[in-house]
Amino acid sequence: MGNSQHELQPMYRTMYLIRRFEEEAARAYSLGKIGGFLHLYIGQEAVAVGAEAAIEKTDYVITSYRDHGVALARGSSARSVMSELFGKDTGLVRGLGGSMHLFDAEHRVLGGHAIVGGQLPLAAGVAFRARYMQERDVTLCFLGDGATNIGGFHEGLSLAGLWKLPVVFVCENNRYSMGTPLNRTTPLADLTLKAAGYGLASDRFDGHDVLTVRDRMRAAVERARDGGGPTLVEVLTYRFRGHSMSDPGKYRTAEELEDFKRTADPCALARKQLLTSGVAEELLSALEQEVETEVMDAVRFAEESAPASRSSLDAFVYAGSSGH
Amino acid sequence: MSEEMERDDRVFVIGEEVGYYQGAYKVTQGLLERFGERRVVDAPIAEAGFAGLAVGAAMVGLRPIVEFMTWNFSLVAFDQIVNNAAKMHQMSAGQLRVPVVFRGPNASARQVAAQHSHAVEPFYCNVPGLRVVYPSTPRDAKGLLKTAIRDDSPVVFLEGETLYGLQGDVPEPEADELIPFGSAKLVREGHHVTVVSFGRPMPMLTKLADELEREGISLELIDARSLRPLDTATIVASVKKTNRCVVVHEHWPYGGPGAEIVDCVQREAFDYLDAPILRASNLDVPMPYALELENEVIVGPERVRAALRQVLYLD
Repeated sequence: MGNSQHELQPMYRTMYLIRRFEEEAARAYSLGKIGGFLHLYIGQEAVAVGAEAAIEKTDYVITSYRDHGVALARGSSARSVMSELFGKDTGLVRGLGGSMHLFDAEHRVLGGHAIVGGQLPLAAGVAFRARYMQERDVTLCFLGDGATNIGGFHEGLSLAGLWKLPVVFVCENNRYSMGTPLNRTTPLADLTLKAAGYGLASDRFDGHDVLTVRDRMRAAVERARDGGGPTLVEVLTYRFRGHSMSDPGKYRTAEELEDFKRTADPCALARKQLLTSGVAEELLSALEQEVETEVMDAVRFAEESAPASRSSLDAFVYAGSSGH
Repeated sequence: MSEEMERDDRVFVIGEEVGYYQGAYKVTQGLLERFGERRVVDAPIAEAGFAGLAVGAAMVGLRPIVEFMTWNFSLVAFDQIVNNAAKMHQMSAGQLRVPVVFRGPNASARQVAAQHSHAVEPFYCNVPGLRVVYPSTPRDAKGLLKTAIRDDSPVVFLEGETLYGLQGDVPEPEADELIPFGSAKLVREGHHVTVVSFGRPMPMLTKLADELEREGISLELIDARSLRPLDTATIVASVKKTNRCVVVHEHWPYGGPGAEIVDCVQREAFDYLDAPILRASNLDVPMPYALELENEVIVGPERVRAALRQVLYLD
């Protein structure tokens, strides 16, 4: 077993965890146990997991509302994320945020943000702090292809480029902004062309193979860490589910979806690579069983947890004062 | 600002023209020479960008002061202030704090027409998670700004555009005088009627109170100065004494802190009122350019006098 295959195994485990976690979340949603919006990451797991493998625990990550995969990849527990989806007091943010607002300061997950593009200036600010304090942490900012037309994208890139901030913008191009294909929302097929105008480096690659994602992300992360400035990375990916649970998916053909599932399923690809490299089927089955237990435990934990507390309502509106 | 920057390295200033230009209104004059480019950051014209950047920096421990060249331009950063600054502490269930101060001149700068004359306090006062203050004297401005910079929640700090020329004593740096949020100031004692206001109309009201004194009408004048939280106790106690109340404000009359004060007084001092509570405000129209028309729109002593005569039943 090669060195990279040795590293692939835990990455496969995390991808499979995200996959099974979200399948169970979707089931709970259809049973009415999860409310509001639920934007699934299924099909895109290699992006969050590959990116996570390219950074340090001390780096920061910030993302959009499609945030379950990112939080789980960073190390947030399946229990705390599932409980949040269920709106329970044991959730990551005590039932105040739900699916779209996962925050985990311990793991340096700075949110789930639900106004498209709003997180890009925030990411520039997190990176601004590193420069201000002369520290070496890097900020990863995830966004969707649909975010590349809104002001926050342009102003975030503009400031990051101007001040050479240590941030990597990871545009997960899943080909549709909600139900509208990319060619109907932007005149460019290659979104990284938008980087040059703001003085950012760029990279663009297929995001179904988790090791490719890790290696290409590493280059951007190291550039940021070494003072080489920010990068806009476009990762070509595909979501196997709708934009959210309420999406009937009529804007794309069943053939297209099936084709991606057959040829570009990141979990299936990683599994196949592991088998090819000589990892035993039994070992993978055991690992998958372990994930199964973890996910079902998370669902049970969420179901049995106390509901969100009335006392949380006004406990976090104002922060008081520590600047004295 | 310089005193707070001196005592805390995490405090920095960011905005358009705050550094080399020395501030569009010279509020940041001398800061660049003293603290350098690291802490006095000239930003491009991108309010959503630099306001959002400040919020992000605050989320991880810095204490930014964002200068808007005027509050009118904050409207393109409204999403960052309302959706990000104000909500982050709550959305993260207390894991993150956003100690950021947004400051700049507010309300009409005289003859700059509709897009440059907003009194923005109603927009921001509506948002839980934000604090909103609007001082009217140099001393209050200094004491409230120090409190704002040391507070861990986002603060909207409104400076009356035409109050910048106002002179007055301020405490020496060693005094380190902080004025807490939520404390209104009794500016002048009187017994016929309570007048509550904040920000820019205050000097006009002080002058008017002198005139009315000579005419035999005694005003009790209160400067609310902190709009969120609002010191309702001081206002209500005064109205219970005078039994009449007029609220004066420059924002549009539909809602806002002016209406909030009226609501609070009618609830808490209803049995003490001898007349309906009236408001004297700017007219409910976008600001015109022509001086005669602008004078008509902005609340002035004549409109306040008319409201006072009404609540005193002098007409």
